[in-house]
Amino acid sequence: MDQFLGNIGLLFEFPIVNFKIILDGVMVGALFALAAYGLALVWGVMNVKNLAQGDFVIAGGYVSWWLVEHGFPALLGVPVAFVVMWGIGWVIYKLVISRVIERDLFTSLLATFGLAIMMAQIMNLMFGSDTQSVDLGYPTLHFFDGFIDLPIAKLIGVGMATILAAGVIIFMKSSRMGQAIRATAQDARAARVLGIDTEKVYAFTFSLNSAICGAAGAIIVMVWVIQPFYGIAYSIRAFVIVTAAGLGNLPGVIAAGLGIGALEQYGSHIFGIGYQQAVAVMLLLLVLLYRLIQQRRNRQVLK
Amino acid sequence: MTKNKTMLYAAIMAFTFISPFLFPTYGTQLATLWLMIIVSLTWDMTGGQMGYNSLGNIFFYGTGMYVAALVTIGLTYDVGEYTSAAGGGIYEFTDLQYFGGMALGVIAAGLFCSLTAVIIGSLTFGLRGPYFAIGTLGVAIAAGELVSNWDWVGGGQGIALPVYPGDLDVGKTFFYFLFAGVGVATFIFCKWLYGTRFGAAINAIRDDEEKADAMGIHTLRYKLYTWAMAAFFVGMAGGISAFQLIHFEPLESAYQTINLGIFMVVCVLLGGKGTLWGPVIGAILFHLFKEITWNYLLGWQWVALGALIVVTVVYFQDGVMGWLEHKKPEWFGIRVEKKAVGDSK
Repeated sequence: MDQFLGNIGLLFEFPIVNFKIILDGVMVGALFALAAYGLALVWGVMNVKNLAQGDFVIAGGYVSWWLVEHGFPALLGVPVAFVVMWGIGWVIYKLVISRVIERDLFTSLLATFGLAIMMAQIMNLMFGSDTQSVDLGYPTLHFFDGFIDLPIAKLIGVGMATILAAGVIIFMKSSRMGQAIRATAQDARAARVLGIDTEKVYAFTFSLNSAICGAAGAIIVMVWVIQPFYGIAYSIRAFVIVTAAGLGNLPGVIAAGLGIGALEQYGSHIFGIGYQQAVAVMLLLLVLLYRLIQQRRNRQVLK
Repeated sequence: MTKNKTMLYAAIMAFTFISPFLFPTYGTQLATLWLMIIVSLTWDMTGGQMGYNSLGNIFFYGTGMYVAALVTIGLTYDVGEYTSAAGGGIYEFTDLQYFGGMALGVIAAGLFCSLTAVIIGSLTFGLRGPYFAIGTLGVAIAAGELVSNWDWVGGGQGIALPVYPGDLDVGKTFFYFLFAGVGVATFIFCKWLYGTRFGAAINAIRDDEEKADAMGIHTLRYKLYTWAMAAFFVGMAGGISAFQLIHFEPLESAYQTINLGIFMVVCVLLGGKGTLWGPVIGAILFHLFKEITWNYLLGWQWVALGALIVVTVVYFQDGVMGWLEHKKPEWFGIRVEKKAVGDSK
């Protein structure tokens, strides 16, 4: 207990530590937000809760890592991971997801859980269970007498995440397909009546989600490390963010993503690094509880 | 018909009794099979009969393990001292301390898990459908993470319990009969429960909770009782597992969310949700599949298992019992109107 209080005291003694934690958190959060946005997209459009979200992220990371191992430049990894994961997402949609859309929600949850186990294990067999990362070879900047380290690789990563997010937003707002996706999310039957090929929209949405995750993974491998079984951590955080922000609420997803990144860093600063996963899961439970109390006031339940 | 049924049950009971002696090399596997049957049957109480798909029933398994172990240790030694030795110290248990501690510990595990089910349930039963599944999954993961950071109960190292005093082969048979006893008790309990008004009430909750509420069924109370009963049996099974495994740690063996926690759901879906025999058949099929892939497809066993989950969920969700009911409705007492040919007028 004393240790926790001591850690909290440190935050007030050296306010600059707060800045460092928030900066780290926001950088992690930007990537969480990408995965969460993909989840919200799929959830909102086709009512599928994808528990394999984190494994798409890790798979994208491995695509990028494989390229670098074979002598390609690291920054090429992001677009290539985007394309490769688009293809994988399309295949998975055709094989599995297209058959669970009309079913109850627990079905999609379980089916994607099975998918997550399979993907994690296949990656384990293909790439081994060691943690991997890609070194971009950029230096690290230091501020405030070394209190704050800022690797340039992280800056590049966050920049790429921002560009990707902006691209997706512009695409959803202005392109014909983006409009069709939003129409299907609002009312799939009405969209079908008005001549939108919803089957195509579903396939496109799921592939897009997978591609976004893949690109996020390619960024993560440049900045942090990946490992075949890290997927579940990203899945959990994506669920926390979407549950907190609600569907179809893009600014909410981004804000929740950044916020959760920062909260998690605070949690692991105060309680120790061993609690990082626990903090993320507890946040999920707190968010669910909060939403529940909110609903109970109107005598409703969270469906 | 009833005579046939009695014969069938008698045959199954007889097989239960002689199987560890028939296949002495598979003693541990058979015990694990009973564990799978217990957790599947209890998952089906809420998942199949009441319509609440929990992904967190493994929480009770892990908690049962810890409670049983801590009670047994705590009766004889100081728990903090024992766990900090991490199996390195010399702690002797007499036969009375071992078996007495085990009996008390397993029962305490069941009761404690029932209590936690009521507490957690009163918070999570306001969640419906996938939110309930995610929420309970969150509880199980969080519990595992917190316990692995709690030094008093051994932290990430887990707890090493004393080894079965006496011949180890006898010990295997002993644990088989413990699991089988709890399994048979669970089955008889479920069979009795689903025939009562209580069973009808939880089925009503599954079919339409709002209408059930409107008909005057106190839905929350029924949901809590059902989960508490399920938790009681899972907790006991967890307690026995702790002694069978001898050493267990929080993330991989106690709160093993992605192993047993998801297997029980797949077992039920494979056998047939919402039926009495479905979970039993599913558990047997799943356990066979698992042991075969573990033996002959080493390395790819998890891929095969994931594929089994996906295929079961996507293509075969009614399970064996649902398929049988469709093929042979008369076995289930459903009378099918034969299409009358040329009977009009």
